[in-house]
Amino acid sequence: MYAFDIETPTTIADAVAALKADEAQPLGGGQTLIPTLKARLAAPSKLISLARVADMQGVSVAGDTLRIGGATTHATVASDAAQSYPGLAALAGHIGDPAVRNRGTIGGSIANNDPAACYPAAALASGATIVTDTREIAADDFFVGMFETALAEGEIVTAVSFPIPQAANYQKFVQPASRFSLVGVFVAKYADGVRVAVTGASEGGVFRWTEAEQALSSDFSADALKDLSVSADGMISDLHGTGDYRAHLVKVMTGRAVKAAG
Amino acid sequence: MPKDTGIGAPTRRREDVRFLKGAGEYTDDIKTYGQTVAVFARSTVANGIIKSIDTSAAEAMPGVLAVFTGADFAEVGGNPAGWLINSRDGEPMKEPKRPVLAHGKVRHVGDAYAAVIAETDREARDAAEAIEIEIEELPAIIDVKEALTGDNFVHDEIGTNQCFDWGWIEDNRAATDEAIKNAAHVTTLELVNNRLVPNAMEPRCSMATYKASDDEYILHTTSQNPHLTRLLISAFVMGIPENKLTVIAPDVGGGFGSKIYHYGEEALVLAAAKRIGRPVKWTADRTEAFLTDAHGRDHVTKIELATDAEGNFQAFRTETYANVGAYLSNFATATPTFLHGTLMAGNYTVPNVYVNVKAVFTNTAPVDAYRGAGRPEATYSLERVIDKCARELGMDPIELRRKNFIKPDQYPYASAAGLEYDAGNYDALMDKMEEVADIKGFAARRAESEAKGLLRGFGVNAYIEACGIAPSNLVGVLGSRVGLYDAATVRVNATGNLSVMVGAHSHGQGHETVFPQVVAEMLGIDASSIDIVHGDTSKIPFGMGTYGSRSLAVCGSAVVRATEKIINKAKKIAAHMLEASETDIELKDGSFTIAGTDKSVSFGEVALKAYIPHDFPLEDIEPGLEETAFYDPANFTYPSGAYCCEVEVDPDTGKVRVDRFAAVDDFGNVINPMVVTGQVHGGLGQGIGQALLEAARYNSDGQLESASYMDYTMPRADDLPFYTVDHSQGTPCTHNPLGVKGCGEAGAIGSPPTIVNAVIDALQSGGKNVTHIDMPLTPHRVWSAMNSA
Repeated sequence: MYAFDIETPTTIADAVAALKADEAQPLGGGQTLIPTLKARLAAPSKLISLARVADMQGVSVAGDTLRIGGATTHATVASDAAQSYPGLAALAGHIGDPAVRNRGTIGGSIANNDPAACYPAAALASGATIVTDTREIAADDFFVGMFETALAEGEIVTAVSFPIPQAANYQKFVQPASRFSLVGVFVAKYADGVRVAVTGASEGGVFRWTEAEQALSSDFSADALKDLSVSADGMISDLHGTGDYRAHLVKVMTGRAVKAAG
Repeated sequence: MPKDTGIGAPTRRREDVRFLKGAGEYTDDIKTYGQTVAVFARSTVANGIIKSIDTSAAEAMPGVLAVFTGADFAEVGGNPAGWLINSRDGEPMKEPKRPVLAHGKVRHVGDAYAAVIAETDREARDAAEAIEIEIEELPAIIDVKEALTGDNFVHDEIGTNQCFDWGWIEDNRAATDEAIKNAAHVTTLELVNNRLVPNAMEPRCSMATYKASDDEYILHTTSQNPHLTRLLISAFVMGIPENKLTVIAPDVGGGFGSKIYHYGEEALVLAAAKRIGRPVKWTADRTEAFLTDAHGRDHVTKIELATDAEGNFQAFRTETYANVGAYLSNFATATPTFLHGTLMAGNYTVPNVYVNVKAVFTNTAPVDAYRGAGRPEATYSLERVIDKCARELGMDPIELRRKNFIKPDQYPYASAAGLEYDAGNYDALMDKMEEVADIKGFAARRAESEAKGLLRGFGVNAYIEACGIAPSNLVGVLGSRVGLYDAATVRVNATGNLSVMVGAHSHGQGHETVFPQVVAEMLGIDASSIDIVHGDTSKIPFGMGTYGSRSLAVCGSAVVRATEKIINKAKKIAAHMLEASETDIELKDGSFTIAGTDKSVSFGEVALKAYIPHDFPLEDIEPGLEETAFYDPANFTYPSGAYCCEVEVDPDTGKVRVDRFAAVDDFGNVINPMVVTGQVHGGLGQGIGQALLEAARYNSDGQLESASYMDYTMPRADDLPFYTVDHSQGTPCTHNPLGVKGCGEAGAIGSPPTIVNAVIDALQSGGKNVTHIDMPLTPHRVWSAMNSA
């Protein structure tokens, strides 16, 4: 680790102001950034911790919408969203291990957009709205590519708003070593249709499997998927699985998510 | 009723009190006044010529005290191989020098070419990054078979990448070939024994202190064998006289073989401590552990099993390419040969065995003994090909093994691979296994799995291994450059408590608990008054350390011999005190009694008298009560076992779940059954890890792709089932005083083929004609095999 300074603002305005400093970088729960710093793979001169920004904390429900502050930890989501959005709470409860869940935040995960992270699948499948310090961005527009988002320099995720579905489930087939998703599929059923988002599989990061959405919107059962197949083009191939394998797992995990969602 | 003290008691491990409280003292915990930090600059390419190194910028950086490069060690000796292997043609193996720091060439990613000594860790790291090196990169030599073609060499001076081409037993070759040619049935299997990273929880760490006034060095280091490390440093590498070098291995957080060896970092900190006149400490980070700890396994093998029409084994023949990495680690040449080839007859009455091993240099980390060391590779090859053979012959895999087992009345048994097994009863182990594993219930369990859409498989394995390493005269004939005895000193203090100094080193084995149980039993005193001293060459007799499941069988035997000497002398003292003849003195329950009388003195009274010898007959008895014994075993010990497991395979994903696992082992006599069970559990975890999860994978450029826990899968609790462990069927070793065999590696030896056999059985039950999958059986590999069958 190289030396750096750290600031811990308590308001969104202070955080945004602090991030204007040269080479300043936001620090969420630090579950990606801190290991990167330890390996000397990054050398920001200043970190702006978002952990103590009061307006970015906690889980709240208003009507059919669940709002989660950007600095809310996975552990808090796992417990506090369990009633309102159990599918999302279950996802949060299976990210990493307890140490990760007590530090890692939803804003950090979404902003980092790791192609194998869990939250992007939930956000995209739920048609969530990503709230930043300057604007609101639809999930469909937010996730641009592997480790790429629509966020501008210095823009921070202050909250994520999830429309609460009628039924939802996340199936994660883990990469055995990291236990990130090798393939993770989030299925969410709304009155106006079904959304299916896939993480872990694609070189382009999280994506929607639209053929499955159409099939499931007319028949919400695993059987509805039986004639569909997923192309291996653009799928990640690595030590833990080829593109073919990932493409196959997308269908298997989607079917299981539908079954589990009921 | 189990005993609650002494031999056979499941005494709780006394060392766990400090470990579980975080109060263990590991090398990195030791802080010394004036301590400095060493950081190494390591190659990021696998193979290349060092054109230039410029350390001037690094030397000028804040806090930097010294910078070393390979040139500083050009004149010191190489780190040697401990075992000389001759090739089939009689030529000795190739032994290129292993330098302290790479000089002229870098040979694997992680190869250290420079080191910085600085006041702080950050200053040392900053300076290491400022060292400028120009490397002319060469193509990486990675594949063991390709390495033997072409003219790109890891070590140019030897003109080949082949270290040796070994035949065992060369005189049996023709008969084995003939038996295979004439056999009714031959089963052939090509397999890979996957390369593993040891992953001790505590990374390697070394701290050197130099005392100029006496020209003395102290090296604290993560070692399984401090005397061996001292010998290597003194006699081969640095030339520091042994009496000027103390090596201390304090608490060590796991070794699994990787801390047997002397590494260049130890030599570097010693040299640096002398040059700067201050203590120098190096602690590996996890990346360095992945890149530079000696790896394990990495064999590519073709094995053939010939049988007659009834399934009687006629011959085993193997051809193995053993990757030894870029440099010869200390036991790299013994592991694929005498710890592997000699076990290739297994538990069987097969008349012909021939083993060929080609050891190959590559641009990868050195490969050496890792928990099991050669025996897992032998067992895996044998038990996989036997399973395949059973399927081909349409025989039950248990019955095929039983048919060929050596029977209890055949001991001592001279195996076709050159060892003499002293005791065993493989049928009894198999009987017990069938009982504890509830094999009768398998069909019902399979039906339940199938109802869930899962494939259930049953796998079985019988293993034998050679432990208690090793008889010095035998290993000397076989090429060992060291003896493999061990030593103990039993010191009875004046107030009656005991210090037992042992050559073995405990880094998870439980010596501090188990050795006192032995001494307490022999003396009839409470084990709590006995303490073990280990790990410090200035305190203990010259022992060879801990590996090869040798601690109890070899060092424990030395403890017995030294304790016998104590008893003999104590009897003399007691006889003097009781004014009786020494031959009439009996030791019972901690008292010395004149046989047939009630006249006695306690052990404590004798101890006190030994040190206050006011009325001693000094011509007959020396003062004091302290004895040393060296013990050199007459033979290896031969633990054996019968293992089985059941797995469930998810046909949609290829994911394997181990549902049940039963390990029935013959460890001979058992001193502490709880410690033995723990050792088996640990070994099973590592073996199941090898079978399903772990793989050190280099790409064709020589980059270790699985160089962190993001890509190298360590077994976790939820990967492992609850185990059924039994060691009730022991046949005592016939040649050591405790009748013990060793239990540290068995689990890692017996479990990999058990798992793979079960997975193949599961897939076959699902109608997939899959006969082999190379480890680790990851979901992707299993799914791919199912879909190409």
